Amino acid sequence: MFNFITNSEHKSMEYIDYYKILGISKSATSKEIKSAYRKLARKYHPDVNPNDKTAEQKFKEVNEANEVLSDPEKRKKYDQYGEQYGKDWQHGEEFEKARKAQGQRRSSRQYAGGFEGQDFGGGDFSDFFESMFGGGGFSGGGRQVKFRGQDFNAELRLQLRDAYTTQKQTLTVNGKNIRITIPAGIENGQTIKIAGHGGPGRNGGPKGDLYITFSIENNTDFKRDGNNLYKNIDLDLYTAILGGELTINTFDGMAKLKVKPETQNGSTVKLKGKGFPVYKKEGKFGDLFITYNVKTPTKLSAQEKELFKQLASLKK
Amino acid sequence: MDLTDFITVTDFCKSHRISQALIIEFKDYGLVEIIERKDALYIPIAELPKAEKILRLHSELDINLEGIEVITQLLNRLEEMQNEMTRLQNRLGLYE
Repeated sequence: MFNFITNSEHKSMEYIDYYKILGISKSATSKEIKSAYRKLARKYHPDVNPNDKTAEQKFKEVNEANEVLSDPEKRKKYDQYGEQYGKDWQHGEEFEKARKAQGQRRSSRQYAGGFEGQDFGGGDFSDFFESMFGGGGFSGGGRQVKFRGQDFNAELRLQLRDAYTTQKQTLTVNGKNIRITIPAGIENGQTIKIAGHGGPGRNGGPKGDLYITFSIENNTDFKRDGNNLYKNIDLDLYTAILGGELTINTFDGMAKLKVKPETQNGSTVKLKGKGFPVYKKEGKFGDLFITYNVKTPTKLSAQEKELFKQLASLKK
Repeated sequence: MDLTDFITVTDFCKSHRISQALIIEFKDYGLVEIIERKDALYIPIAELPKAEKILRLHSELDINLEGIEVITQLLNRLEEMQNEMTRLQNRLGLYE
């Protein structure tokens, strides 16, 4: 079973400097906040940065910063309690009341720890953002528009041998198990879409999709180009000259190969249909190309040398 | 034409709470394919992700349609180049 974590957990109690994220001063006006947000949102928006996880994370940070700083009430609370209570700043007022009621002198760190049970659930940036958008989303422009959820991207490593046959795999994506079928013949770098396994939709919109990109490792002595396979094999001089039969290993098992007399070094033969399966075309295969590497004999005996001399003299 | 592979423009606009004129504008800019059948306008289901992406760029980032057109073209080129790069990387394995 493969385990994907598409979103990293962030559970630190550290202070998140929203002003720094937006690149503005603490005295910034609402106009300056909006302008900074727009600029950064355009830069990091997932739609203009496909398959860029860093941009995706930045976009979430920028959105969270904007959600807080563009709302005067939230901004006031954040300014008041942010540095003291870290990511739990939104509960700062409650912490203060509890502290006064209990009449105890505790450190802020202890209070923050005491309220950890009120977290909103696992999130990407801070839990506050998750509580507002149900995880993984981004903010709208004020209109209540229904949107599909965010698409998730993940990478799955496969061995070339595994890609030769259709595979059924169970993947764990953000804690949920999903069964997928990987058709034989999938390419290195190819992406498949698993519909409806992305982030939740906004305002009642459908879920996003999960995109899995395959990274195929090749530990075999075959080389692959699309549906065709390539392999070099050593051929002794005598078989190259006189012809013969070889047994070679293919992905499909052992195969017999007839070597023509006077086969040249570096020449290639094609074994039709012995290559890689064609993606989503059952029963169709590419070809296998065998390149001969003719090996000249070494450590010749006196008799062998004599015979080669005779051969050489015949050619003169 | 099998209408199960299409969504009416009216439904799309209702669902996204936008005016039909905006979608028509998307079409006029060549950003989304719209088909007219039986006195109604339809969007092919396959076009939906594209239409929603354009809508997000427009509503979330305040990008005008000229800007979206340029972005879409550049993203298409980026995707083509990424595919080409993957293809060449795969071929490079033949010579390693």
